[in-house]
Amino acid sequence: MNFPTMDWTILMPTIVVIVTGIAALIVEMLRPKQNNNLIVGVSLVGLGYAAFLLFQQIGAPTATTAGGLVLRDQFAVLAQLITVGVTMLCFLFSEGYLREKRIAFGEFYPLAMWAASGGMMMASTNNMLMMFVGLEILSISLYCLAGMARREQRSEESALKYFLMGAFASAVLLYGIAFLFGASGTLDVSGFREAMQSDIDHLKSFALLGLAMMIVGLGFKAALVPFHQWTPDVYQGAPTNVTAFMAAASKIAAFAGLYRVLAGAVDLQSYYMDVMVVLAILTMSIGNLVALVQKDVKRALGYSSIAHAGYIMVGLLAHLNSPDKINLGSVLFYLLSYSLMTVGAFAVISLTAKGGKEGTRTQDLNGMWKKAPLAAGSLLFFVVSLIGMPPTAGFFGKLFIFKDAWNSGLQTLAIALAINSVISVFYYLQIVRAAFVDDEDVYSPQMSSMSSGLRLTCILCILGIGGATLFAQPILNVTNQAGKELNVYKHDIEDVNDDVVDSSVTPVPGLTGSEAAGG
Amino acid sequence: MLLMPNLLATITEEIPLGWFLALGFVMFALGGIGVVVRRNPVVVFMCIELMLNSVNLTFLAFTAYLPNTGLGGKTAEHAAMAGQASIIFVMAIAAAEVAVGLGIIMAIFRQRNDVDVDDMSTMRS
Repeated sequence: MNFPTMDWTILMPTIVVIVTGIAALIVEMLRPKQNNNLIVGVSLVGLGYAAFLLFQQIGAPTATTAGGLVLRDQFAVLAQLITVGVTMLCFLFSEGYLREKRIAFGEFYPLAMWAASGGMMMASTNNMLMMFVGLEILSISLYCLAGMARREQRSEESALKYFLMGAFASAVLLYGIAFLFGASGTLDVSGFREAMQSDIDHLKSFALLGLAMMIVGLGFKAALVPFHQWTPDVYQGAPTNVTAFMAAASKIAAFAGLYRVLAGAVDLQSYYMDVMVVLAILTMSIGNLVALVQKDVKRALGYSSIAHAGYIMVGLLAHLNSPDKINLGSVLFYLLSYSLMTVGAFAVISLTAKGGKEGTRTQDLNGMWKKAPLAAGSLLFFVVSLIGMPPTAGFFGKLFIFKDAWNSGLQTLAIALAINSVISVFYYLQIVRAAFVDDEDVYSPQMSSMSSGLRLTCILCILGIGGATLFAQPILNVTNQAGKELNVYKHDIEDVNDDVVDSSVTPVPGLTGSEAAGG
Repeated sequence: MLLMPNLLATITEEIPLGWFLALGFVMFALGGIGVVVRRNPVVVFMCIELMLNSVNLTFLAFTAYLPNTGLGGKTAEHAAMAGQASIIFVMAIAAAEVAVGLGIIMAIFRQRNDVDVDDMSTMRS
């Protein structure tokens, strides 16, 4: 028996997150009643350590370990880093919210950390079985979390909807994986290339069917438009801290998975490009248009997250369309700024929970300006960034994606993005307006006072967005290191690949596969 | 597949791969239709399980027929192992989904003594 050599530094961040989850669960059993502070502390320390480990790996060479199951490239490292950061931000404000909501559910922290670890696995693999396992760890944890408020009908209903749609999507994704396996005899996404290069005709059709099924399955997770119906209901019904986590972490993971599949299937680009362009336009437009008529803040932000998924898709397609010119810098920058804005916005909305009740209609935000000025101010800041007004990170994110789409020859997408940014102004302003007017009629909404954790979340999100604004170009230079592999992958050129592969680990299968194929 | 090479060889010679794939597809389609048509979440979930089983059948069929297709690059045993391992993973994860799903359905049943997907509409606005 010879086991594959393991490079533990690659696996360590994910392992740390999982183990911290287990530790938090043990603390949860031993804690004093109704006091989760120790769990939060343990979780934050563990997540901080994982973030530190990931931070060290920025700029490290591309490598795989565990027999090619786990891949570390710049995209994986940065996506994992954002996931961990988002989880920390959610934890900061969760404790105050859960107390106001009277949910004695200390399991939130371990489950959310396991969900994050699933997302991290999805971002760092080219193997479809591994990706499926990661997706299920993420999803099953999120089903539980969505139904966390057991006394609320809305919460249980959203959990059931999420569960049924999610399980259906996984079945479709799996059927796709089975056909990729049938087409190439491998579960790695490099199988698409092998299938396309074989001279057996039906293998190509298997690969195409597999790719279509995988796009549908992952499209459900990423909430692309024909598959988005569950999103608003789940975002509205789930407890707000879970929604914040879901909107950020689960979206990053879904797009990481989509990127891996589409990049692996880059030889089938002529088949999927047009379809994906239509999906991206639909996602942006329908997300924004339906959001215009929403009366519930969480629901409106749910539709807004669908629209943002469309924007991210544009960046991804620009990269896939011309991988030699455009890297994944804009996508990762957008994921970073989107995560900060969304988590911040949901954190502010969690203020409407008081004494076990929660109102999330737009008018429930009325008078926030007087009751919690910091919250209202930060909400304004987040919303301005979500709209993409000039001096914010949201603006730079959209600008980078717009430029990439334009330069890679996808002008239609670039124009659709610009039009959609204008449409989105209206419903975002509605949310801000609600927070800044006084109680309009006899109806006076409840609002809890800001906990210190929530205050910290708001400040950190503002600082993060401000930092991303000021250092937009340096950050872009770092994130642009991601996605260079595809360049080699597509064109079989050696000279672009200046990454030195560590001798203790096996080389990237995709690269060797393309070299073996003879270039 | 190493246990009964002769029997497997006979089966793969006499029944073409397409038949297994067709059966898998019919199961998958029936499951998919069931998800759309049925209104009881337990039944919907059973339909999803049917889809997962059709995936397993497809995986198994591809695994058994790999030596015949003559795929280049990888040894058939290596590929067969990947396919069979996938089935184990799918079954384990399906079991985890059952546990969580039935828990959620139970929680809803406690609230309203009736589970019908069409009644799940408290959140329209």
